[in-house]
Amino acid sequence: MQRIGVFVCWCGSNIAGTVDVKKVAQTLGREPGVVFSADYQYMCSQSGQDLIKDSIKQYKLTGAVICSCSPRMHENTFRKAAAAAGLNPYMVEIANIREQVSWIHKDMAAGTEKAIILGRAAIAKVHLNAPLIAGESPVTKRALVIGGGIAGIQTALDIADAGFPVDIVEKSPTIGGKMAQLDKTFPTLDCAACILTPKMVEAAQHENVRILAYSEVAEVKGFVGNFTVKIRRKARYVKEDVCTGCGLCTEKCPQKKAPDEFNLGLSNRRAIYIPFAQAVPKVATIDPDYCMMLKTGKCGVCSKVCGVKAIDYTQKDEFIEENYGAIVAATGFEPIGLDKFDEFAYSLSPDVVTSLEYERLMNAAGPTGGTLLRPSDLKHPHTIVFVQCVGSRCDEKSEKGVPYCSKVCCMYTAKHAMLTREKYPDTEVYVFYIDVRTPGKNFDEFYRRAVEQYDVHYIKGMVGKVVPENGKLKVQASDLLENRQLHIDADMVVLAAAIEPDKSARPLATMLTASMDTNDFFTEAHPKLRPVESPTAGVFLAGMCQGPKDIPETVSQASACAAKVIGLLNKDRLVGNPCVAHSDELMCNGCSQCANVCPYGAITYADKEFRMPDRTTAVRRVAQVNPAVCQGCGACTVTCPSGAMDLFGFSNNQIMAEVDAICK
Amino acid sequence: MQDRMIARAKELLENGTVDRVMGWKKGEFIYDVTPAVFYTADELEKDFVMNAFTAANVSKYLIAETKKPGRILAFLKPCDSYSFRQLMNEHRVDRDNVYIVGIPSWGKADMEKIRALGITGITDITEKDGDLLVTTVMRETHAVKKYDVYLEKCKNCKSKRIVVYDELLDGENGEDVPNNRFDEVAKIEAMPPDERFAFWRGELSRCIRCNACRNVCPACSCEKCVFDNPKSGVENKAPADDFEENLFHIIRAYHVAGRCTDCGECSRVCPQHIPLHLLNRKFIKDMNELYGDYQAGETEQVRHPVTNYRDDDAEPGIVYTRGGSGR
Repeated sequence: MQRIGVFVCWCGSNIAGTVDVKKVAQTLGREPGVVFSADYQYMCSQSGQDLIKDSIKQYKLTGAVICSCSPRMHENTFRKAAAAAGLNPYMVEIANIREQVSWIHKDMAAGTEKAIILGRAAIAKVHLNAPLIAGESPVTKRALVIGGGIAGIQTALDIADAGFPVDIVEKSPTIGGKMAQLDKTFPTLDCAACILTPKMVEAAQHENVRILAYSEVAEVKGFVGNFTVKIRRKARYVKEDVCTGCGLCTEKCPQKKAPDEFNLGLSNRRAIYIPFAQAVPKVATIDPDYCMMLKTGKCGVCSKVCGVKAIDYTQKDEFIEENYGAIVAATGFEPIGLDKFDEFAYSLSPDVVTSLEYERLMNAAGPTGGTLLRPSDLKHPHTIVFVQCVGSRCDEKSEKGVPYCSKVCCMYTAKHAMLTREKYPDTEVYVFYIDVRTPGKNFDEFYRRAVEQYDVHYIKGMVGKVVPENGKLKVQASDLLENRQLHIDADMVVLAAAIEPDKSARPLATMLTASMDTNDFFTEAHPKLRPVESPTAGVFLAGMCQGPKDIPETVSQASACAAKVIGLLNKDRLVGNPCVAHSDELMCNGCSQCANVCPYGAITYADKEFRMPDRTTAVRRVAQVNPAVCQGCGACTVTCPSGAMDLFGFSNNQIMAEVDAICK
Repeated sequence: MQDRMIARAKELLENGTVDRVMGWKKGEFIYDVTPAVFYTADELEKDFVMNAFTAANVSKYLIAETKKPGRILAFLKPCDSYSFRQLMNEHRVDRDNVYIVGIPSWGKADMEKIRALGITGITDITEKDGDLLVTTVMRETHAVKKYDVYLEKCKNCKSKRIVVYDELLDGENGEDVPNNRFDEVAKIEAMPPDERFAFWRGELSRCIRCNACRNVCPACSCEKCVFDNPKSGVENKAPADDFEENLFHIIRAYHVAGRCTDCGECSRVCPQHIPLHLLNRKFIKDMNELYGDYQAGETEQVRHPVTNYRDDDAEPGIVYTRGGSGR
């Protein structure tokens, strides 16, 4: 029989306000096996922990039940306290009477009753607990960063500077991401390329950084400290180590009709291309959708002009496998598609552009060479209407757009308006907004400058309709402050399209077993206290893939993320989780269902000889669990039809005992 | 067909391909047929039988038989072959230790249904042109349409195709059969919840826990069943109320979900005539609708929908609205 101590926490008034903690302590004190029970204001405080430690020693406790907050908060605290007093930490169970009781119930009597029931379940479990000892596993001192935008580059550089090798996997032919496409950056208006490209070069030159551009993660196995990742290196049809990036092929290629992704399709490129002048790695890539040689076998111009014989039309996708200790997701964002926003005539007129397209139209390396010309007739626009919140802050029930604020649109729209007025003072600029949101260092000052110094017409209200007519865009809008309808004949309309996580992030999250919210943003382990870690150990988050943020925020998060990765890689060994699966070989059928559901590949099979009841021996196929790989998710235990698979610390019997205690 | 099977079995015994034969053995009555292993040509001549009542699925016996030394000949009907393939997928049988002769099956008869026609004192039943000629002690002969007395599993046959074999007795394989096997499930789904609950309570109330359904089921082949395992906490447990016994069937249906080949043996052997196959078919129907058509045992795929994960899987939140009005 266990000797169990019950410790009921008030959590100030958090629990005690809705739960009669004294009654809980008294009632649970009468449960079989409970030799001590007490309540205390803050069990997690030093004196609360001392109470636990002293009681363990004084009453020779073999198990402890803490009725307190969620185990995600303080399970570790209490386990450590128990260990300090000589009790195996896995003999401690938490009954969550805060999140599961006091915070969600108002009625004291009902709350108290439920708290007692949860306490009883925890006591029932402790009766079946056994001491567990955690194993250790080594750490592979190498990090993988998925995504080569500013978030990925910064994370990789910081990790590399600490002395650990880092691989950046980037799906497009060059690193740089969205920031490389931007013209200027708010609120200081430095040129995006001028501050980004040195970082790209630094990454390329860093001895600890390896850039795997034009590559994708194909498969992730393993666990914190010991991931094995299969990376698909897509065929460029150009030998990356031979190409010098001279660009001759990109000038001679006869196929000129491929849309230029870097300019968002506003201009065309050749079938063999280098995305932009400062691309890293500066290597040509053949677009198989447009290359005549690859499609019809006739052409081969690039191969003829290439001085170093770098072209290889027979190249195939290759897979490389690498081990990593930590993985950083920095998959970034995309502006949402505007096909559901026909009221703004985006698909009807080339002069209705997204803000990112406007960046390219302003940029010196863009399709117009930095002169602002509208796409339809390449004339200077004289009236430009900016529409904010296109797709952002939509009703949850709405079939289009996203419910959240995209956060960066207010600032970049102010930047666009200001730069347009600065360069072309004869242009009338209107900005339609729902709210202007400018929290951030020097942000509001920046916005006010646009309004006050540059005379941008900020109008609170939304654009209802844009109709292309006789070379003009008839904009119908409402001015909510003046309470009137506006009709503006604009030359261009710029839509601040909402941002959403990159589409490739969802399957990646599945591979990483990292969770995502309903908008496909990666969720963090704790929204306030662990913002750069995913709930999956060893997987970290940087940049827009976790939520909308601007460049300074992205860089800070990337560095924070790097700090976490460095902290992990700095360890030589990780203490594992002893709550792992194990199979009862006498009951195992060898049917492989557990191996089929195991997301970590922890289960293997062995043919073993068994002595049968009739004194013969038989060879049977039985499951074996690698405890270093098992993460204790329990999928195998519920799949096993015979119950041969069981989980230490969460055995079928323990869970049944808890259920029985609750249903009693 | 019986003669051809015996002849082929004798050949294979003689030339050393196999050293024993899995088949069906004559009993006291014509309909009283049991699966058995034959070791010699004499035994085969004397007792081997293949008739309208050899419905028993022999694949489960091969789990133990293929672990023994030597090689066994197994005659597998189409439905038996699905079960065998599923057992192969689960590594329960050793394919190398069995020589499979696929035999066609044109449906097996249910003795209870023949009796239900009012025919008493049956002494012999012979097959003729797809009909059954039933002879009675009164020296009467009744012609019975075979279809009228088919077992449920044969009435709703899903396939005449043999999915795993070394040779085919007829030299050619059958094909999948159009069937309405989910109609009965749909009918129950359409019931209001109270009525459906009452239906199952009524059916399951007849259960005497003889375990016949479990013992015959090829998917229920665990080394140790949870219901026989003292450590599981449910072995020989005195039921606290009459619903606990019902849970046996619900748990069994969950354990075979994704693995049940719909061979229909559970319902065939139930002495209380509980339509147990409907529980399993409900799972199959749900899986087909949620994850795309899947037939356990049909292919070598080892991950059935319940243990497989695909990006486009239905989210767990998508469940049927109570009352069977669809998704």
